[in-house]
Amino acid sequence: MPTNVNVKLIKKELLKPDILKFTCESKEISNSAKPGQFIEIKVSESYEPFLRRPISIYNIDKSNNLFEFIFQIKGRGTNFLSNVKEGEFIDIIGPIGKGVFELKNYKNIAIIGGGIGIFPLYELTKQARQCANTNVYLGFRNKEFVVLEEEFKEISTNLTITTDDGSYSKSGFAIDYLKKDIEEKNIDAIYACGPLPMLKAVKKLAEDKNIFCQISLEQRMACAVGACMGCSVKLATKEVHYARVCKDGPVFNCNAVEI
Amino acid sequence: MNTEVDFAGIKMKNPVTVASGTFGYGEEFSEFFDLNKLGGIITKGTSLKPRPGNKPPRVCETSSGMINAIGLQNPGVEYVMEHLLPNLRKYNTAIIVNAIGSTLDEYVELARMLNKADIDGVELNLSCPNVKQGCLAFGTTYEGVKEVTNAVRKVLDKPLIVKLSPNVTDITLTAKGAEDAGADAISLINTFTAMVIDINTRKPVLGNNTGGLSGPGIKPIAVRMVYQASNAVKIPVMGLGGIMTGDDAIEFMLAGAKTISVGTGNFYIPDASIKVIEGIEDYMRRKNINDINEIVGTVQMN
Repeated sequence: MPTNVNVKLIKKELLKPDILKFTCESKEISNSAKPGQFIEIKVSESYEPFLRRPISIYNIDKSNNLFEFIFQIKGRGTNFLSNVKEGEFIDIIGPIGKGVFELKNYKNIAIIGGGIGIFPLYELTKQARQCANTNVYLGFRNKEFVVLEEEFKEISTNLTITTDDGSYSKSGFAIDYLKKDIEEKNIDAIYACGPLPMLKAVKKLAEDKNIFCQISLEQRMACAVGACMGCSVKLATKEVHYARVCKDGPVFNCNAVEI
Repeated sequence: MNTEVDFAGIKMKNPVTVASGTFGYGEEFSEFFDLNKLGGIITKGTSLKPRPGNKPPRVCETSSGMINAIGLQNPGVEYVMEHLLPNLRKYNTAIIVNAIGSTLDEYVELARMLNKADIDGVELNLSCPNVKQGCLAFGTTYEGVKEVTNAVRKVLDKPLIVKLSPNVTDITLTAKGAEDAGADAISLINTFTAMVIDINTRKPVLGNNTGGLSGPGIKPIAVRMVYQASNAVKIPVMGLGGIMTGDDAIEFMLAGAKTISVGTGNFYIPDASIKVIEGIEDYMRRKNINDINEIVGTVQMN
């Protein structure tokens, strides 16, 4: 169940010129957060920008009451957020989302992410490593965009980094390398977060191969608690039905939604 | 200190309600605060049959506010009466169902069903700008408002509130339309029809192209319209449009609103409505006001 809390910013770390990692203290959030969940952050004390910003949880450190999130400074909201100083408090609603990554008893899982979509996959990979082989595929536009390679290397059985232009590590899209491995590595579950074209390709691959697959979705959001019906995704049902990305997701079984 | 109000025959412990479409059927927000503290809850727009809603994106931020085109997604009145209202009824707060229809017959049929529901009143929605039929088609003229209100009044014994659209030239005409047809109260304003364009794709951001503008950015227009409408009719007025604080609520009450609604503010802080109640009480203490009813409509014009 989400709560509305003021959390203390303990540590602020610049991972790239435009990518920040925030380490925050909150027993409420670190104790109950699950992989795939997100938080909704009030970025301003005024009404400008007005809406909170949904950002996924990157890492949970229960024993120290800490959790971390990573974001790209992209627009007005994240610009405001980037100005918060260590020691200051942030108004957060979280953890949010009933749809979370489910590890079940899969043994050889594939985790695939693209660009800034890789952040919610870290906690999942960390937890999955306790009980499964974690084959992780992270795709970036080029060398400049590659981030968190060392962090993921520590918790991956196999880590494949790709760049679209081949300027670093493997050349091409992450999904192409997953496709090559899928039989050889006996992949029995796929978890994905990233740009829409990647998610569409992952969904198709999982459905073709009949493999359990969960994807984390994004949508423009207002309340983030399931009341306003703003952040909808079309369900793969005969009649038209929409689910709420915030409350029913953000993680969905890939065959349950139309993307 | 008395904050209790009698609004169109509905007893409320304070004048603060939460606005339709921003609070679902209460369940989600009950995780954040005690719903018993509210004067009333106005449910999500409810129709005779289930509605899937509009294609996404459905919301977009604007300067000091947002636009939305949800398209009245709701599970239909039968489901609402069977599964959602019983849970709401557990709380000691007024329950008002916001009713929407595509045709006159649909409004009447829906009102017939709601007349049997365990609720305190009905808010007739004649002002949603985001659906192709009904609603706003009736809501922008004196005759249109009067026609639907009249038809619903004939089958509804419960208190009837008519929610008015600001997308009109003269708000006093639609206000009178509701009053002349026997409405017990009016509520205003709903959202302003608006559009945001993505300059990179050259397309409107919302799937529906246009949506309704809400939030603190529209508050001064709402205050003006509440002032005009409350001076044009004798029935009580519920004021809303960008209320974020107790001071905002007081402004609406001075303009003529007997009760108020917190809408988009619920997205800013989940318990914004509670902060509004506390803010009203604080104002009463500061100004030595014993009864909140005293201040309604007491703005002194220059």
